[in-house]
Amino acid sequence: MNASGLNLLIAVAMGLNLLALGSGRVSSLIRAVSFQGMALGAMPFLLSHEFSPWVTLVAVATIVGKGWVIPLLLGRAMRAANIERETDPLIGFVPSLLLGAGGTIAAVGLARILPLRPEHAGSLLVPGALASMLTGFILLIGRNKALSQVCGYLILENGIYLFGLLLIHTTPLLVEAGILLDVTVGVFVIGIIVDRIQRAFDTLDTRKLTVLRE
Amino acid sequence: MSLLWDLPLRLAFWLLLAPLVPGLINRIKAWVAGRRGPPLLQLYYDLARLWRKQVVMSSLASPGFILGPAVAWVAVVVAALLLPLGPAGTVLGFSGDALALVYLLALARFATAWAAMETGSAFEGMGVVREVSFAVLAEGSILSALLALGVQSHSLALNQMLAPTVGTGSALLAAGLFTVLLAENCRVPFDDPNTHLELTMIHEVMVLDHSGPPLAAILHGASVKLLLFSVLLVQAVLPVANLPAPAAAALLAGGVLGVVVGIGLVESLIARLAFRKVPLLLTTAFLLCLFALLVAWKGGAG
Repeated sequence: MNASGLNLLIAVAMGLNLLALGSGRVSSLIRAVSFQGMALGAMPFLLSHEFSPWVTLVAVATIVGKGWVIPLLLGRAMRAANIERETDPLIGFVPSLLLGAGGTIAAVGLARILPLRPEHAGSLLVPGALASMLTGFILLIGRNKALSQVCGYLILENGIYLFGLLLIHTTPLLVEAGILLDVTVGVFVIGIIVDRIQRAFDTLDTRKLTVLRE
Repeated sequence: MSLLWDLPLRLAFWLLLAPLVPGLINRIKAWVAGRRGPPLLQLYYDLARLWRKQVVMSSLASPGFILGPAVAWVAVVVAALLLPLGPAGTVLGFSGDALALVYLLALARFATAWAAMETGSAFEGMGVVREVSFAVLAEGSILSALLALGVQSHSLALNQMLAPTVGTGSALLAAGLFTVLLAENCRVPFDDPNTHLELTMIHEVMVLDHSGPPLAAILHGASVKLLLFSVLLVQAVLPVANLPAPAAAALLAGGVLGVVVGIGLVESLIARLAFRKVPLLLTTAFLLCLFALLVAWKGGAG
């Protein structure tokens, strides 16, 4: 029951990856990231066998942080910078969607070959983690608006979080809590930087930022 | 039932019932929009009217202009006959008939495109280009959907393939096949069956120069294709074949009605896509079917 529920959540997260790759609007990209964060936040509940206040606290903090706080900050930055959609990305929507789908299938295939521990063999945790990291990379490389790249970075971080869930019984959750705090502060700072870039350059196109000027 | 009786009965089912489907869709659209709408049997009247008319033929066109719609119509009807019908099973089934179905539909498309280009109109050529380039993506989706069903049932005969086990894969398959259904039958997010605006037509462009009985064959073939896709979708997703006969027949009829209502609602509530967005949606449909295949493959092995 728990294993199938976990797999369903990871499958939803993988679907959201593809949604993020295929969507042209920055707002729907942010929404995909937010739903993915919430799905990921619910996973520790399914993984831990007995109720523990510490796990509950971290899980709730993840759901609130990734599901509400970060999307709220990103949404505010988006409205402040007045951009709504990604225009002519470096890797088009259809190619990036196909790349992401190919990567997801490859991740599922690869996870079969990897020497995993028997309790993780049937789970989608490893394929989900690999697919999310790949999606994050594609977004980071292929999009040229700073906000889309931040979303790519968040999806990449979600993939790493999924990998971390493999070790949930041995690693202290303090590490996860620390990462969550870092990400939130990072997005907060990025929100300010996006505003600055917008004022200084009149655009959020990161290709313009490669040229030095006085 | 002997083959002698079964085949004509099936033929009658497909030929007589198919024109009802567009009528139903139009009624639903009219109901949502608050109009009275055309009568349910409008397509039957149209077909009867077109059948009595004479053919206007360009002096440049070869006999292919008449032959194309005829070939397309026959191909679609034969494809429909290959499809098992719930409790009645199949009559022409053989191993690998799933591929025959796909290629018969492709043959029908080729014949329509050929007939469209017979008049030498650049305008129709444009429609052909659009139709065929979208079909490339739609066909990939159908093939991967059929492959998913084949992997699930370890068979390539439609009779055994269309007895699915309901699971996560079916939901993916349903979404993918419904999108393909809309694209293949030129329904709204891809093409508007009512439009006659030059820049946006896809399918309608190809049949502009046809008249009389050939046009009737094209319209009737399109309705058979719509019914074929609805029946295929319902049987690919719901476990129709595993039920006792009356329940299966009821489920099949209810499912097809559900699909028809779905098409009507989609047409009423969604605007058509910009041309540049169409490949994205079709790729999504392809990926949905591909992931259904992945689920079937992983579920079968694990």
